[in-house]
Amino acid sequence: MTNYLDFEKPLAEIEGKAEELRALARANDEMDIEAEAAALDKKAADMLVDLYKSLTPWRKCQVARHPARPHCKDYIEALFTEYTPLAGDRNFADDHAVMGGLARLGDRPVMVIGHEKGHDTKSRIERNFGMARPEGYRKAVRLMELAHKFGLPVVTLVDTAGAYPGKGAEERGQSEAIARATEKCLQIGVPLVSVIIGEGGSGGAVAFATANRVAMLEHSIYSVISPEGCASILWKDGGKMREAAEALRLTAQDLQKLGVADRVITEPLGGAHRDREAAMASVATTIESLLSELDGKSPQKLIEDRRRKFLDIGAKGLAA
Amino acid sequence: MNWITNYVRPRINSIFSRREVPDNLWSKCDECGTMLFHRELTENLNVCTNCGHHMHITPRARFQALFDGGVFAEIAVPDPITDPLHFRDQKKYPDRMKAAQKSTGEHEAMLIGAGEISQTPIIAIAQDFSFMGGSMGMYVGNAIIAAAEEAIKLKRPLVLFSAAGGARMQEGILSLMQMPRTTVAVQMLKEAGLPYIVVLTHPTTGGVTASYAMLGDVHIAEPNALICFAGPRVIEQTIGETLPEGFQRAEYLLDHGMLDRVTKRTEMKAELVTILRMLMGMPPAISGVLPAPEARSAEEESEAEAEGGAAQAAPSSDKPAEAPAGAKESTQTGKSGK
Repeated sequence: MTNYLDFEKPLAEIEGKAEELRALARANDEMDIEAEAAALDKKAADMLVDLYKSLTPWRKCQVARHPARPHCKDYIEALFTEYTPLAGDRNFADDHAVMGGLARLGDRPVMVIGHEKGHDTKSRIERNFGMARPEGYRKAVRLMELAHKFGLPVVTLVDTAGAYPGKGAEERGQSEAIARATEKCLQIGVPLVSVIIGEGGSGGAVAFATANRVAMLEHSIYSVISPEGCASILWKDGGKMREAAEALRLTAQDLQKLGVADRVITEPLGGAHRDREAAMASVATTIESLLSELDGKSPQKLIEDRRRKFLDIGAKGLAA
Repeated sequence: MNWITNYVRPRINSIFSRREVPDNLWSKCDECGTMLFHRELTENLNVCTNCGHHMHITPRARFQALFDGGVFAEIAVPDPITDPLHFRDQKKYPDRMKAAQKSTGEHEAMLIGAGEISQTPIIAIAQDFSFMGGSMGMYVGNAIIAAAEEAIKLKRPLVLFSAAGGARMQEGILSLMQMPRTTVAVQMLKEAGLPYIVVLTHPTTGGVTASYAMLGDVHIAEPNALICFAGPRVIEQTIGETLPEGFQRAEYLLDHGMLDRVTKRTEMKAELVTILRMLMGMPPAISGVLPAPEARSAEEESEAEAEGGAAQAAPSSDKPAEAPAGAKESTQTGKSGK
């Protein structure tokens, strides 16, 4: 069953009607409804095009958080071979909100790291809804160091509402862990490519996305704060998330204008969740192409370019 | 000439003028409520003389107390593009900026000073919590980069006083990008082999803590400063649990291994000098209060050199030398040492 978002309700109704008609026809051979059902299909298809033609920033947030959207684990399973998860921060624990390990992208061995949100209640709880604790960032640091040591490119898949705001996480140094992960991103002498596949939530995202190249899926978001959080602080009303989403310029399209996203990856019509395989395939193509852009650069050059890129960000505002 | 003009009117006037006194000359400690005389409070660096509570201090006041004789050169910061996102919530971002500039008299939320502390040349940079909550936007990022570059150019250590509610939401993603940008600045300092000391003051939260404030060679915090990534309210809302007393305060972080030291503001200068001079391979500092660098005569210079070997740990109980004319009213009164 499709999971409809609130703004897709009219679409759900039409698709539901077509479905009902067909169910009726199956029960009763004499009814000829195909023409009518086809008309409804056509109407639904047009509506989908219309709805997704120009999604508002808030709607993009909803699509980015869609439960059926492919998550990190799906990408790893679909795009990489020989995935060998590596666990633990060698300090305290293994954080299941962060997946990571060795894998091959085509023939190329890489280190893949990403946030995993989970797909049902059980896995969501196990993954802490993709909100990493310090151990997650420290695991990422360890894996980046390993990649650096053996000259493997790093691919990060970012999908998190943010770092976990919990008592234990704070006790064990959430800020320090994030700061060290960002620092490590800037230090490794191997290509670092990052794809924001869903939500790029604040510091929890930066810790993985301080990369040579940052790509964003068409309906993904990347922001300093969630629209709800921003609304409750600046509008003093958490219900003003639509306005906040608008003001924050958190869409892939705006972020490309701001020079934060280097590439925007087109999603299938109606979002990545409507055709997961196609969405994942375009991500693979993009990662390959971004990695090949970085091929042959010396470790020093990769580090320098990455630094320069971030030092220069924001100099031109929306005109970048 | 009569009873009314000679006696009654002055009494009335004095009653009215007395009412104004508390506003101007006295302030109340946020913590214990004691009324504190303004001069005494300033001399004590906005630390309550009764309970030791550390109140807000502006970067300028801090620098005047920190640098020898209150003398420092302000380092210019390249201005970023204004209002890059054309951000508007209930107010426009440029209007909020103007209001903050008017209320603080400062241009932005960071101040960089170059000068000497107990004859130790440093670059200091301080975040102004009274300017839009000290929030980290592009200017703050530019300031940290400029301070690091100046430190590298002059081969001096960098001391950073952090104070911020987090990132500046009005600059959206560009405020978030200050996390990697400032991290690059810290890396440049480290590569140049220069000490980078972070003094975390109340409050240091959010993206600021999760970048340059947690990447120091040495982390010192002021007592009871709130230092965290997610604030206590956010955590309480998320986990629906009340948090223990002192959670995310400086002493708590010290216990949890995130800080090297918790040091009173009044003792901070001496401590910074001690640490920096050791890290920089310099001889111990001369104790006591020194006049401003330019104002030292040749005679004093030679005297200072002669005293160079004296233990810097022993605080001078002598009345400190008067600050040279021209230097602003000195707020350091022999409290350095120990």
